[in-house]
Amino acid sequence: MSVDQKTVRHIARLARIAVRDDELEALAKELNGILDWVEQLGEVDATDVEPMTSAVAMAMKMRDDVVKAENLQKEVTRNAPGAEDGFFVVPKVVE
Amino acid sequence: MSDLTKLTLAAARDALRKKEVTSTELTGAYLKEMEAATPLNAYVTVTADKAMEMAKASDEKLAKGEGGDLEGVPLGIKDLFCTKDVLTTACSHILDGFIPPYESTVTANLWRDGAVMLGKLNNDEFAMGSSNETSFYGPVVNPWRRKGSDAKLVPGGSSGGSSAAVAARLCAAATATDTGGSIRQPAAFTGTVGLKPTYGRCSRWGIVAFASSLDQAGPITRDVRDAAIMLKSMAGHDEKDTTSVDRPVPDYEAALGQSIKGLSVGIPKEYRVEGMPKEIDDLWTRGIEWLKAAGANVKEVSLPHTKYALPTYYIVAPAECSSNLARYDGVRYGLRVDGKDITEMYENTRAEGFGAEVKRRVLMGTYVLSAGYYDAYYLKAQKVRTLIARDFAEAFSEADVLLTPTAPSAAFGLGEKTDDPLSMYLNDVFTVTVNLAGLPGISVPAGLSSEGLPLGLQLIGRTFDEETLLRAAFAIEEAAGFTAEAEAWWRA
Repeated sequence: MSVDQKTVRHIARLARIAVRDDELEALAKELNGILDWVEQLGEVDATDVEPMTSAVAMAMKMRDDVVKAENLQKEVTRNAPGAEDGFFVVPKVVE
Repeated sequence: MSDLTKLTLAAARDALRKKEVTSTELTGAYLKEMEAATPLNAYVTVTADKAMEMAKASDEKLAKGEGGDLEGVPLGIKDLFCTKDVLTTACSHILDGFIPPYESTVTANLWRDGAVMLGKLNNDEFAMGSSNETSFYGPVVNPWRRKGSDAKLVPGGSSGGSSAAVAARLCAAATATDTGGSIRQPAAFTGTVGLKPTYGRCSRWGIVAFASSLDQAGPITRDVRDAAIMLKSMAGHDEKDTTSVDRPVPDYEAALGQSIKGLSVGIPKEYRVEGMPKEIDDLWTRGIEWLKAAGANVKEVSLPHTKYALPTYYIVAPAECSSNLARYDGVRYGLRVDGKDITEMYENTRAEGFGAEVKRRVLMGTYVLSAGYYDAYYLKAQKVRTLIARDFAEAFSEADVLLTPTAPSAAFGLGEKTDDPLSMYLNDVFTVTVNLAGLPGISVPAGLSSEGLPLGLQLIGRTFDEETLLRAAFAIEEAAGFTAEAEAWWRA
């Protein structure tokens, strides 16, 4: 499998990263280099192998569903590039 | 008083307790050294006022004979750890000006035990790199240079600020993180000790996330004893991280010096990779001889899926990174670059905020997780990851620890590998398997290359058996007798 410039544009769109037209060729080349290299996993027969989803076997811990923190609205919005009255400010989303 | 910075963490701790030195003196000595070491670019933020304040508080406790395990000991903190009210950027442009309103659990544990924060240490952007050259704040320079050369070398990565600062005596010890080798490889490149604990041993809460199933915090220190002391403070259960393990933290220091007679040491034959420099191979052989002489039983073991570890990693890690880094959207923190609508604002922010390597990995991760490719890449990689973990389980049925080189070469030159992502990735060939299997690993300085650069040996242990790992590492350290130090050229 190899990616063309159209695919790179599509992935970049999914990843929400603006990419200029003159960057596409180099990016496609880099990604194909890495993809060609990971292609060697095709040699491994892993048909009946369970995928590893946890680095160390452990049961998922449960906790009581209770509120522990106080109202942190000020702290939560403190670092926002745009905030007003404890809300995040973003460009208009709904016309 | 600059001799104070020559003390190991253990020696500084003991001197503080005996009131032979105050934390204010010790902290002041480090701040002076840090000021003289700006050419290394190891620190991205110096918290001098906070350090002196913390030192003063420690001195008051020490004067009364009180205080924790690390009372008054000055540390450097990798910029990946969130520190309350102190700039934390993961060395990325996209986290410009981010001042966390909270403290990471690991650093909170260190302050609980009395440690003093000197500042925040440089790293590869979001810990993605093996040379500390992807940092938005510029590369870190290795304190070590080749014999008779003044060429600048990399300190390894991603914890290059941590390794350089410990090697140049700019802190008593440093925190670091390891996703594919980011503690152990920089330790090997700088003649320091780097310990990556078992996944789950240290809480990941408050550490800027890269690949959550692989990330683990640990220390970079001057010797094995210091690593044991640091781990005891850093480790522990945390209900804020569901993957943090709820089991007691042993007194790791007590394991040091115990005999390794009868210890079974496995030598993975697949690690004898093609094109490995002879001096790395020789170092490995010396390590085997040292352990044998100390009474260990050495045997060859097999990890048949070793060659698939790096390709597996470069699917799993980018996939997790693309999910984790989705949060940088120009809305809640850091950089915002405007656009004509909200989507363009996201895209412009992320285009300008992320560096080339981070973008490459986010795109790669997005691709392998995208519809139609998920099974072929991501699911396949997760299955191979199972096989890699099984290899280790098998090897540990007949060995207590495994011995390997840490990295395939000594430190390389700045800019030498930046044009070729694949050659950079290959640096992690001996370390990345350990993260995939969630195991603990440690790099111990074991000798110098023909060019006078430090080389490291890696020991890999069983899950949550850091004690045996440290015991074996201590034996290697004693046999190697590594005392070389970098010449302080940066002071000139």
